[in-house]
Amino acid sequence: MAWFKKKKEAEEKETPVNTIEAKGFVGRLRQGLSKTRDILTTDIDDLFRSNRFDDLMEELEERLITSDIGVQPAMEIIERVSRKKGKINSADDLKAVLRDEIVDLMGETCGAVDETITASPHVIMVLGVNGVGKTTTIGKLAARYADQGKSVLIAASDTFRAAAVEQLGIWADQAGADFVRHRDKADPAAVAFDGVEAGVARKKDVVIVDTAGRLHTKANLMEELKKIKRAMGKKLPDAPHETLLVLDATTGQNGLSQAKMFHDALGVTGIALVKLDGTARGGIVVSICGGVGIPLKYVGIGERIEDLQTFDPARFAEALF
Amino acid sequence: MFDNLSDRLESVFKKLKGHGKLTEKNIEEGLREVRMALLEADVHYRVAKQFIADVKARALGQEVMKSLTPGQQVVKIVNDELRELMGSANEELTLSGPTPIPIMLVGLQGSGKTTTAGKLATLLRKKGRTPYLAPVDVYRPAAIDQLQKLGKELSVPVYPSETGMDPATICREARTAAQKEGCDTVLIDTAGRLHVDQELMDELVRIKSAIQPADILLVADAMTGQDAVNIAKSFDDALDIGGVVLTKMDGDARGGAALSIKAVTGKPIKFMGVGEKLNDLEPFHPDRLASSILGMGDVLSFIEKAQENVDDEKAAELERKLRKSQFTLEDFRDQMAQVRKMGPLEDLLGMIPGLGKMKAMKGVKVDERELVKIEAMINSMTPEERRNHAIINGSRRRRIAKGSGATVQDLNRMLKNYTQVMKMVKKLTKGGMRGMKDMLPF
Repeated sequence: MAWFKKKKEAEEKETPVNTIEAKGFVGRLRQGLSKTRDILTTDIDDLFRSNRFDDLMEELEERLITSDIGVQPAMEIIERVSRKKGKINSADDLKAVLRDEIVDLMGETCGAVDETITASPHVIMVLGVNGVGKTTTIGKLAARYADQGKSVLIAASDTFRAAAVEQLGIWADQAGADFVRHRDKADPAAVAFDGVEAGVARKKDVVIVDTAGRLHTKANLMEELKKIKRAMGKKLPDAPHETLLVLDATTGQNGLSQAKMFHDALGVTGIALVKLDGTARGGIVVSICGGVGIPLKYVGIGERIEDLQTFDPARFAEALF
Repeated sequence: MFDNLSDRLESVFKKLKGHGKLTEKNIEEGLREVRMALLEADVHYRVAKQFIADVKARALGQEVMKSLTPGQQVVKIVNDELRELMGSANEELTLSGPTPIPIMLVGLQGSGKTTTAGKLATLLRKKGRTPYLAPVDVYRPAAIDQLQKLGKELSVPVYPSETGMDPATICREARTAAQKEGCDTVLIDTAGRLHVDQELMDELVRIKSAIQPADILLVADAMTGQDAVNIAKSFDDALDIGGVVLTKMDGDARGGAALSIKAVTGKPIKFMGVGEKLNDLEPFHPDRLASSILGMGDVLSFIEKAQENVDDEKAAELERKLRKSQFTLEDFRDQMAQVRKMGPLEDLLGMIPGLGKMKAMKGVKVDERELVKIEAMINSMTPEERRNHAIINGSRRRRIAKGSGATVQDLNRMLKNYTQVMKMVKKLTKGGMRGMKDMLPF
């Protein structure tokens, strides 16, 4: 818990307003994760009282699987924990072992997120299946960059879903970002191209391109995404600099399939896991980091515009236990 | 959509069937794999556990041990239990009470409520009802716009809600407005939340008591993981839902959510969303889906699709032409258009029993562009050529190929296929027309 104390202290020294915000954030993060925590901690304490290791492991298996971590990873964790049986004498020991194993499974790709921008404009392409929250995530992302003093432009390449452009426009207004749009049903690649072009002309720091939600299994729609990506590259050779896949935390094992297939088609450079504040346990995070090797960059923990945070596995694990 | 689950079960079943005599250990091993398969398909932990326990109790009982083919017997038990879990027949939307009948759509953000509202309106209209749409999501930016646009596209009236209005008031006023418009069903698109919270439930309960809907449908994402159970249960506890719409069933989710929701709430899954277009909502048939999970195909859905899309008159005309062997290239083109109306060919193939299981059919992507090409070639012919393909000589072939952007080889292949079909038809007509009418027009 030292990390949270440190962070709180640090922010208390700054301004009182921030303190409230910080407490609010930590509180919300903890609250958002409380389901996972309840399940992985409180219950472990209870479980330990029953004292039989095999029963304990069986219960643990249920906890892990119901957190959407996946059958294979859950079994692997159980096996690894069982091997350290001798070292585990208390609930605290078990928690420590569990945390280490989970962080270990997540792998090295999930280090601390580096948000420094090298290109100008820094072009971010956002994708994901229908209804995961791409548009909302873009709104939050734009606000995040605006807060850092960056100028932002948003391109509405989701020309398919009814009123997607209007929805994004409202977010752009709120974040004070420029907005590039075409008519409904226009060619999304053309919008993306214009967005990048406008970003270059207006000397923006960041250009965020929205895309229509699509199921990863639809080959033709994945081809369309590739075209959108190519169109950006035509204006600015190395654009997009970031290809961000948005995933819904309530998604089960299918999340892995989504990550893999989007990655195969487009080379995803980062994942934003959103809606983590529900009863969703977010166990899928572990499988994605470890299994696909794409770094998880952001977690969305609430509905408010500042509720999109960079992901740091150590911090995440700390908050988990 | 259930490919992976059925693959898994298939291999387990094969192993079980291979044993002449089953020991308790054999059965337990097999069931452990069935359990893994279910969990990997996102069936809830508890549901999977109960399922396995039930199967095991029956499998270890007399009926298997006495049987001459114990492996087969276990497979049958798994099938039976799966069917029982899924429920049997399709349950329709409840449409009783005085018109206009209110139907409420509830669910989490991004589950697809608004899209489903549009799709349901399309489906209801197909059944001869006159739907009216009421957007009650006054929170999400542009949610009202979205439904209004859908309404415009469908020419279905939409209540002009505005952000800031009271949801229950909108519902009452929408019902009055629907009555004035002469509509008989009001579809209420409620607000979603990121997760289940008290505020949302209170609002939904208020809407429910204000308009007394005939049916409440929970819209849930087929890709939802273990949380599906919590979501379904919270909505059911608060609102006593009438059924579930499972969306995004056209992806590769294994659909464990469907099993879990049914098992936990006992409420039927009434519809499923299977595509991006507004007519991509289908009644959910649990018994057929169980067949599909077990890799047995879905012939019934296939026939229904054919009936829905094939024009009776055209079919009769075709029959007449076939009898007289006057099936021209023009008819060939019409037939193709009719088949394509039924949906993507890949989906159609998946419904045919046996095909889904065949190794050769795995991962086959039917190229719809090939069909477009054929159509283009036929369109590039003169009417005379279409009616009598024998006159198409070398120079005509070059012209047709050029006109349709195809090669002469493409055209040759197409003509060869066509003559083969003609030969088959001739054989059939000679063998009598028995059952010809019921045959699918390919």
